[in-house]
Amino acid sequence: MSDAPFRPYAPGSQPPLDAPAYRSTGLRHPAQALVPLPTGHTLTERRAPQFSAQRYLEATDLSRTASGAAQGERIVVAGQVTDEDGRPVPGVMIEIWQANAAGRYNHPGDQHAAPLDPHFHGAGRVFSDAEGRYRFTSIKPGAYPWRNHHNAWRPNHIHYSLFGPGFAQRLVTQMYFPGDPLLALDPIFNTVPDAAARQRLVSAFNLDITQPEWALGYRFDFVLRGRSETPFETLLEQD
Amino acid sequence: MPSATASQTIGPFWHLLEDKAWADLTRFGAAGERIELTGRITDGSGAPVTDACVELWQPDPLASEIWDGFGRAATGAHGEFRFVTLQPGPVPLTGGSNTLQAPHIALTIFARGLLIHLHTRVYFDGEALNAEDPLLASLPPDRRATLVARPDGPGIWRLDIRLQGDGETVFLDI
Repeated sequence: MSDAPFRPYAPGSQPPLDAPAYRSTGLRHPAQALVPLPTGHTLTERRAPQFSAQRYLEATDLSRTASGAAQGERIVVAGQVTDEDGRPVPGVMIEIWQANAAGRYNHPGDQHAAPLDPHFHGAGRVFSDAEGRYRFTSIKPGAYPWRNHHNAWRPNHIHYSLFGPGFAQRLVTQMYFPGDPLLALDPIFNTVPDAAARQRLVSAFNLDITQPEWALGYRFDFVLRGRSETPFETLLEQD
Repeated sequence: MPSATASQTIGPFWHLLEDKAWADLTRFGAAGERIELTGRITDGSGAPVTDACVELWQPDPLASEIWDGFGRAATGAHGEFRFVTLQPGPVPLTGGSNTLQAPHIALTIFARGLLIHLHTRVYFDGEALNAEDPLLASLPPDRRATLVARPDGPGIWRLDIRLQGDGETVFLDI
């Protein structure tokens, strides 16, 4: 069962490789069509590395370093990882990275004229629990300019990388914040063709996740590709 | 049920995650035939891709306490990447299958300008099983060659990756 192939991506759920509004795709997208595996997913795509939390240590509080608290609006982000059949996915390694509250990455390539924060590095790691749930603390990242077009600004966002139990489920994405006026203008966000799929990249403010006198809470759920057997078929097999 | 979460680009600042040690898959002490896998990534103009994240996964050798079969490397100023890993053996097509795939490594490429990662594979020149590998056999010879690494010194294998244009690498629809 756990070795079953994965279903194809739903039409419109994923961005194209060639997206002229996002200029950097121009010379980087393959011109030839992607080649399907003649046999469908093999063991190589059905399985994946299993990361042990002992070797890949969690870092679930990005809002401070050993020497002090980061500047900015403290947030807690929590949610669940499920597959396309709604089943929780435990043990998913989730990597997190983001700009600081001023919209600057702690990265030599980021030359935006905004201050660095000595108490903010901007990278974390968390594993989903037995119910697929995860949670971490950070600060709300700032918007920042980029040079895609005149007066281009990226909406506030947090980057994620997820490793599921199958290599075909590998996911790198970005989470946005509700009500951000830059979303409508952002070529990267708007490359996702399906409006509902796009909207699911926007987190939701959540008062239950919000911690009184401490941090605003946002809910963000991840969905990884489902295997080709549906729960219904599984049930039939068991009968 | 909602479909799989949409991919977004890894962007130019993913190095905040980088741990250079991850490029050596033998770092936890796994023993075997140690090999180096290296290459350059170039774009449609031939320019080096200097900000890519290259990930390597191989289902063989089988995972153990000291081997998780996964590595990650950043490309450098010339678009070059370098992994140290163990020579893979043949891989069954599926869990219960007797058909073998030729020894191979799966590579994924993430970068600014890639809204979703690219999947490709690295095979090894001279492997007898290459002739029968279902994927290699399905490709015309010129395209097949883009997936086959060649020796570049003792224990060193080289495969350059071209994202677009002449000699474009075969990328897989996974």
